[in-house]
Amino acid sequence: MTPAVAHAARGYLLLTPAMAVLAFTMAAPLGLLLAYSFWTQHGLVVDTRLTLAAYAAILSDPGFALVFLRSLAIAAMASLAAIVLAYPVAWFIAFRARAKFLWLLLVTIPFWTSYLLRVFAWKVILGYNGVINSGLMALHLVATPVTFLLYNPVAVVLTLIHGYAPFAVLPIYVSLEKIDPSLLEAAADLGDNPAKRFFRVTLPLSMSGVIAAFVLIFIPATGDYVTPSLVGGANGLMIANLIQAQFGRADNWPLGAALAITTIAAVSLLCVLAATGARRAASRIR
Amino acid sequence: MSSPPLLEIRNLTKRFKDRPAVENAGFTIARGEFFSLLGPSGCGKTTLLRLVGGFIPPDDGTIFIDGEDVTTRPPEKRLVNTVFQSYAIFPHLDVAGNIAYGLRSEGVAAAERERRVTEALHLISLSGYGRRRPHELSGGERQRVALARALVKRPKLLLLDEPLGALDKHLRESMQIELRQIQREVGISFLFVTHDQEEALAMSDRIAVMQHGRVLQVADPKTLYDAPNSRAVASFIGTMNFFHGRVIGSDGAAVVVDLPDFGRLPVPKNGGDNFAPGTMVTVAIRPEKVTLSPVPAPGSVEGRIASITYLGDRSQIKLAVGTGKIPVTAILPQEQSIQPGADALYVSMPAVSILLLRD
Amino acid sequence: MTRARYGKVRGAAAYAILYLLFLYAPVLLLPLFSFNDSVFVAFPLSGLTGRWYSAMAADEEMRIALFNSLKVGIAASVASTLLGLTIAQVLTRGIPGRRLFAGFSNLPLFIPDIVLGISLLILMTRLAIPLSLATVILGHLALCLPFAAGVLLSRFEGFDLSLEDASRDLGENAWMTFFRVTLPLVLPGIAASLILSFVVSFDDFLIAFFLCGTDTTLPVYIWGELRFPYKLPNVLALGSTILLASTILIVCAEWLRRRGTQSQPAAVAI
Repeated sequence: MTPAVAHAARGYLLLTPAMAVLAFTMAAPLGLLLAYSFWTQHGLVVDTRLTLAAYAAILSDPGFALVFLRSLAIAAMASLAAIVLAYPVAWFIAFRARAKFLWLLLVTIPFWTSYLLRVFAWKVILGYNGVINSGLMALHLVATPVTFLLYNPVAVVLTLIHGYAPFAVLPIYVSLEKIDPSLLEAAADLGDNPAKRFFRVTLPLSMSGVIAAFVLIFIPATGDYVTPSLVGGANGLMIANLIQAQFGRADNWPLGAALAITTIAAVSLLCVLAATGARRAASRIR
Repeated sequence: MSSPPLLEIRNLTKRFKDRPAVENAGFTIARGEFFSLLGPSGCGKTTLLRLVGGFIPPDDGTIFIDGEDVTTRPPEKRLVNTVFQSYAIFPHLDVAGNIAYGLRSEGVAAAERERRVTEALHLISLSGYGRRRPHELSGGERQRVALARALVKRPKLLLLDEPLGALDKHLRESMQIELRQIQREVGISFLFVTHDQEEALAMSDRIAVMQHGRVLQVADPKTLYDAPNSRAVASFIGTMNFFHGRVIGSDGAAVVVDLPDFGRLPVPKNGGDNFAPGTMVTVAIRPEKVTLSPVPAPGSVEGRIASITYLGDRSQIKLAVGTGKIPVTAILPQEQSIQPGADALYVSMPAVSILLLRD
Repeated sequence: MTRARYGKVRGAAAYAILYLLFLYAPVLLLPLFSFNDSVFVAFPLSGLTGRWYSAMAADEEMRIALFNSLKVGIAASVASTLLGLTIAQVLTRGIPGRRLFAGFSNLPLFIPDIVLGISLLILMTRLAIPLSLATVILGHLALCLPFAAGVLLSRFEGFDLSLEDASRDLGENAWMTFFRVTLPLVLPGIAASLILSFVVSFDDFLIAFFLCGTDTTLPVYIWGELRFPYKLPNVLALGSTILLASTILIVCAEWLRRRGTQSQPAAVAI
């Protein structure tokens, strides 16, 4: 064995436990999930002959399509809004803040409190006896509490924006931080005012961070279960609620598996499309 | 009335956290001039360049370009462009995109833009490189693109911040010649920052020597070399022997200085400074002006050879004179050789080559 | 110009502060209601009390859930950090297929938790493995590994391999080199990885929801309380305590990272 081969062999050997764990806890379950989506279930008996029945069931019920589209739309809106809201903060921390470390810490800390309780806090804010209604009543703007705040898709979007905020700030900050300040000076030197400098240099160079933020928020947001359950109401239910139902009350695992596989496929496709689109758009900027 | 100088700076001062980076700097640059700011790192030369470029505001003082006060103008509104030390090539744009950057900013029409980019690529001998990405370029090529990107804007003054610093010695020397040629060709004034005195001497029309934020002397290369106005300038430009002595009298155009290991020497008063007897002064002489002889000559002293360094075209000799506290450095041309076995030479310092500097 | 620039900084800073308010306001409701003298979590507030904190201390069911979560968190964070160490060690020393392995260990980040949860549930059911804290730990390994590997990789990447060569050159053997050079330099990364993985595991609801069987973890317990509240203020008291504790933990983790060359927070390294 040459030293290079021996080095590689030692490396693969050392990687084996980690890869085995990933194979067992991720690759195998996902493979089985894919298989399940082609199976059928009658009562407690699982029929392992391959069929497209589960996918056909999804296609035949417009209710599924509605929830699918709603989930993707809610997640897309939440990701985009989170990015737009977070970008100026990331920009401020990267280029203007004196105590960067402190600011990054301040952005991260609320993220580490129990996700369930943070979502619940929004229920308290938007609810019948919540913060907003109490405020409106105290100011005599309404006589009785308003009910349109909670249990709708807007409440879900708002809660998701809050829940995934650090995933927007941090990647954008990292990409901004990497920009060599002399590039901005060069742009100024060559005649660009601050606004032009931002659109011609800063924005295209931070696009990798924007894309990372989108992917990091869009994927978990599409599959979020807690937020739609607590603040979504009947019109704010998302795909995770449907998937969970197949493993709970409805007890149709193949259908649940097919829904999950469809979700992964749709989310991956949309992420690739969004990333390519964003990169194309950025490369048009000259 | 004659037209105003292209660049004039007056009493320019910039402090960072109360530590002065540039202090009370003032000079002018003429049209078409190649002007260098020379000094050791940390002397404030880059800060001065950035003040002229408009990247940082001065605490005090005024900057005029073509007679117009631009002190408070942002960089994008000055008719000045910069070649950055790091080159600052936009990584998301190709070579043509980089060169056209400032033209797009001005709103130059596409056809005109393309013409000027092609022209610029030709000027820097990179024709056909327009579609290359920055990461595909060598250091020298990036440096040229940075130059073309600035020149294509047709600035009145081009600022260059150690543009050759990142290149290896060989490439740096050929770029020095090329840069000077390009400067003559386009006729734009260059303000060139460097810490390399040979580079500054080789390229510049005039040089401002800086130290600790102050401009010590502004002069052409020959004057700086032959008649530095201070010990700092003399020691920064080339090699110099320094000796401390005391003025003991005056004799018409010369003063007589008593040097510990040399005895009394008449030294010409350059600049007409009045050196009263008793003043402590520094006497300086370039190594190549020190004459060596195997036999005693009038006014010579014996020097014991301490070391000989062979430099190819010449040799550098260090000699100990008298108590030997301060070695004398001299240059021995290739054709002059030392007798084998010789361990001493007679050292003399011609009065005309000696500089008198106040301590 | 100077004044205009300061104006811009102040505008951006004001926006950043507003943004922080948006982040903090909902979170700070939890401690507020944990001191509110009412079983209903709604306005108006009815007075100050510390009774939820004493009730929390006496709540047996919640304490079991808390200890379950601690067990899972410690097991998952130690295991994923050890595995992350092997990944970082191998991938920073150049090996064919480097990108493939790096991509594979990041993959769990791109799978929604709900999908990971149900597919693990299916696997455990097919293999007839009874659901317990052990199955939760397995699920959390997949969840935590990308974070652990990410933090450790960024730490190892900043590590100058010539330092190890220098140590060998100065006469230390491989083991002493590891203890005297490598370990001290990557130790802050190991600590950050442990803490980050622990927090990820401790906060997970969905994976545990599907895999815990009857061994309730804290988030699963909280979920029950949120839907059918009868001891909700106890949960808020516990949540506030955990908020304080995890804030301290995160500040420590970041401080450890700051002692090295990296200046980005742990979460950025993903």
